[in-house]
Amino acid sequence: MKAAPFAYVRPSSLADAVGELASTDGGGKVIAGGQSLTPVLAMRLARPDTLVDINAVEELGALRTRGGVLEIGATVRQRRVEHDPISRGVPLLGLALPWVGHRELRSRGTVCGSLAHADPAAELPAVACCLDAEITVTGPAGVRTVPARRFFTGAMTTALGPDDILTALSLPIAGRGEGFGFAEIARRHGDFALAGVATRVRLREGGSPEATVTAFGVSDRPVTRDVSAELASVLAGPQDTAERIGESLPDVLSEAAGQLVDTDGDAHASRSYRRRLFRVLAGRELGKAYERARRSADEVST
Amino acid sequence: MTTVSERPNRSVVRVEDPALLCGRGRFLDDMDPLPGTLTAAVVRSPHPHARIRGVNLERARRHPGVAAVIGPDEVLEALRPFPLSLKVPMPYYPTGTDKVRFVGEPVAVVVAADRYLAEDAAELVEVDYEPLPAVVDVRKALRDDAPKLHDGAEGNVATDRSFSFGDVDEIFARAEHVVTGEYDFPRYSSTPMECYSVIADWQDEVDGPAVTAWANFHGPFSMVPVLAGALGVPVSRVRLLIPADNGGSFGIKAGIYPYVALMALASKHAGRPVRWTEDRIEHLLASSAGSDRAMRFEAAVRADGTIEALRADLVDNVGAYLRPPEPSTLYRCFGNITGAYKIDAVQIRSRAVVTNKTPTGLNRGFGGQQLYFGLERLVDKIAGVCGLDPVELRRRNFVQAGDFPYATPTGGIYDSGDYPRALEMLLDNAEYQKLRLAQREARERGEYFGIGVATIVDPSATNIGYVGLATPAEQRRAGRGKSGSTEHVRISVDMNGIVSVLLGTVPQGQGHATVAQAVVAGQLGLPLEQVRPVVEMDTATTPWTVSSGSYSSRFAPLLTSALVEASERLAATLRLAGATLLAADPDEVELAEGQVRVRDDHSRAVAFRHAAGLVHWDPGSLPDGVSARLYEEAAFTPPEAKAASRTDQINSSLCYGFVAELVAVRIDPETRQLGIEQVWTVHDAGTILNETLLEGQVHGALAHAIGGALYEELRYSDNGQPTSATFMDYLCPTTAETTYRLDSDHLETPSPLTRLGAKGCGEGSCMSLPVAIANAVADALSPAGVDITTLPLHGNVLHELLTGGGRDAENNQDNERNH
Repeated sequence: MKAAPFAYVRPSSLADAVGELASTDGGGKVIAGGQSLTPVLAMRLARPDTLVDINAVEELGALRTRGGVLEIGATVRQRRVEHDPISRGVPLLGLALPWVGHRELRSRGTVCGSLAHADPAAELPAVACCLDAEITVTGPAGVRTVPARRFFTGAMTTALGPDDILTALSLPIAGRGEGFGFAEIARRHGDFALAGVATRVRLREGGSPEATVTAFGVSDRPVTRDVSAELASVLAGPQDTAERIGESLPDVLSEAAGQLVDTDGDAHASRSYRRRLFRVLAGRELGKAYERARRSADEVST
Repeated sequence: MTTVSERPNRSVVRVEDPALLCGRGRFLDDMDPLPGTLTAAVVRSPHPHARIRGVNLERARRHPGVAAVIGPDEVLEALRPFPLSLKVPMPYYPTGTDKVRFVGEPVAVVVAADRYLAEDAAELVEVDYEPLPAVVDVRKALRDDAPKLHDGAEGNVATDRSFSFGDVDEIFARAEHVVTGEYDFPRYSSTPMECYSVIADWQDEVDGPAVTAWANFHGPFSMVPVLAGALGVPVSRVRLLIPADNGGSFGIKAGIYPYVALMALASKHAGRPVRWTEDRIEHLLASSAGSDRAMRFEAAVRADGTIEALRADLVDNVGAYLRPPEPSTLYRCFGNITGAYKIDAVQIRSRAVVTNKTPTGLNRGFGGQQLYFGLERLVDKIAGVCGLDPVELRRRNFVQAGDFPYATPTGGIYDSGDYPRALEMLLDNAEYQKLRLAQREARERGEYFGIGVATIVDPSATNIGYVGLATPAEQRRAGRGKSGSTEHVRISVDMNGIVSVLLGTVPQGQGHATVAQAVVAGQLGLPLEQVRPVVEMDTATTPWTVSSGSYSSRFAPLLTSALVEASERLAATLRLAGATLLAADPDEVELAEGQVRVRDDHSRAVAFRHAAGLVHWDPGSLPDGVSARLYEEAAFTPPEAKAASRTDQINSSLCYGFVAELVAVRIDPETRQLGIEQVWTVHDAGTILNETLLEGQVHGALAHAIGGALYEELRYSDNGQPTSATFMDYLCPTTAETTYRLDSDHLETPSPLTRLGAKGCGEGSCMSLPVAIANAVADALSPAGVDITTLPLHGNVLHELLTGGGRDAENNQDNERNH
């Protein structure tokens, strides 16, 4: 379990990093936290000619809010996001991050690295899709943004070109009347999910609630669906609680489960079991998101 | 003549921990005993079954930094097949020679300046394989049309023996109930933190080759003769050294010896010592595992629940070769195959079958988890047939406290115990009736809540004679029997009165040094700090015989008995020396409080160190004819460990402890996730030597069992590819999975056969908890009519059981199966 030979560069500016990567002619690989890439190198499953270490690029270490979004730079560790009060503006992050691997992994692993790796069972790509976040990509031709929901194109594949660096993730800051939920089921704590959901409910004065669910671990990429109609069909009035919604919603999510959950089964979970987990988790977490959204709406109005 | 001697201080803290916790442990990878040692990488088969048409090592040999590359030709030229436990034409070498028979089987070794270079060059080894059909399922391997692994053998059955004790057929013919169950026990391992590690040095000396090897093995036991047999040298020309610190084995490292032979050969070709450190992928692919077993149990039962006769048909999947000590998984529990129950008639068929999986071997609980999975599931089934609570059924069949020593039909002699009392302790601790009430209420609410119990006999101090049973009695040659269960110790006293205790038990973290210190200090009346345990196995200098090593829970019963024997001899010399200084009668003095003193007049005393000093400095003052001997060796040799009888009975262990275990589980009806609510356990390991270490063994065994019951499985696809070769897929329980409520209690019925009354205790819950959990899950799901016949159990499995049974009416679209 020793990596095959490779060259290693550690540029200190983004322009140099882009230049270094482009100069490898497709044979380079970006490393930030290394929590996914290092084992793959050690097993010789990946054999990049050159590793471009972006940790010395100062501007990629920014974690800040601007223009209604939380921007997370490419070298920002998951653990830092988990702890920094600035992240409270995006409550779904706080719900999801404790599920990402183990604490030790999160202290090295980066949010953007998880997106670039694009494991279909990973939590953070689902968060990005659920919130309709934007991903900033920098390449030799300049900077562009890609909506998260179009970024993931398959298992471990993304809209990144061979010379592109994923430089930041921009997540919308939650507004009034928004509530979120997140849960997953794995064989053990810290394992990749057999099935998981991120949910978002938005209450609008005078209108019916908007509800979104993003499922992960159930397809070749995170899959997002508007489930406003399904939620509306089980709402009964002021007596609605998270628990009651969680009990009644799974039954009306069968069609969604059939469409969203299309992964093949494995020893840990069959497709049928994943569909069951999706319905149960989505029901429970939409219920919680609804209750949180209602609380959020009440808080502001009083 | 055996007496229970003075008990050691049973609450001392571990002497091993300060060094380990401060990072000062010295494991083999930390040691560099021979300058100029090179590093090896092993080239392994990607095929489960293939003929080796050719091997080209030239490109690898030309790679910069490479000192030697060896393959099947070099192995065949220099080595003999390893001697097997029985005569069977399935030759086993450390690499594939004619064929490869499992994914991960070594084919070649590259020796280079470092591991990076060795792995680079390993990619240049060219092997021309002709893939062959593979078989991994043990039932399929038994079929006539199954792919045959070994060309010289008739089929894939390596051994097939039948045994009958008592009028089994007659009892079955008139039985009121015949209860049958078929079960499959899965294959799992131990995954020690430190994988295999070997340094080997081949020297051609004037009188022939000699091999010096360091390995993190926990032998030597019978594996060193096997190793020497392959090398074609006398056992004494193989010098094996084992570091004091060993990062766990749980039996799995008994599979290291083929690599010692292989690295010795690599050293011969490289002309330098060779180091090989196994990585995790190699370990999960190709080291060892407990055998998976297909089994059928059948009981003849009276209407009142009395089990009158038992039939057991055991088929072990031992992987690609009958690697010694296999087929021992079948026989380790031979003497206790009827468990905790008075069953006088028993028939057994024992088969070991080769398949295209990794060879198997020792794994904590060795043979017990497989046996009791079948027996204790069947006992629950019998309770159901007889309309009895599973606890009551067990109670009615128990060996009773007055029955000891109790002879089992298969030759076991249970030394001590009180099973009914241990069970009552368990039921009291668990408030069993309340638990059943809570279950009724939970069921009314539509919840899945289950209670499972297992009561098992926990054998310790293996009598290696059981290996002989695999050979039919008429072929076992007189005068060439195998028996015994001996452990060795050497104790010496220096002129400052400091006692050194040399332990040859080769611990892997159990805390042998801690207990040895307390035992010897107790025997010699010394403070703990005056006794210094030394853990060292060097087969050239440490006393050992073929049964020596750390396996089958041998330390507590055997080594501590040897400590008592050696201490008694030393004490006699010290009493003599003290009496000389005190001008007293040696029979009137005692060793206590760091002194030699007159028993009836404590004012007449000399320091222990002065008595020891006399023997060193002034032996001329000792009575005439007394040797100035302050070193003693003892080899505790219990006479109860005899070879198998001509009627195929064997007392397969010296001691038989007991475990009663109860577990409560809850299953989420929506997600089908399985959660352990609480475990209650009562162990009887005879005299308790150290409370903390005992509790640690119980916790560890439970964690290991939870791995096998809920998480771990070495899986293979039908075509023979392993599908759990990394920790991404082979799921070991972590602290998050083992943080459940535990109530652990102990009963002490001392063994009359060991000097301190102690029995082994490290394996019990490995044998009992897997089936206790299965019993609990079956109990939880009994309203749904689901039976549990295999492991591991987790949400997906329960979903398939509940959905596949067609009882999941609320969930039609879930009926699609994916396998």
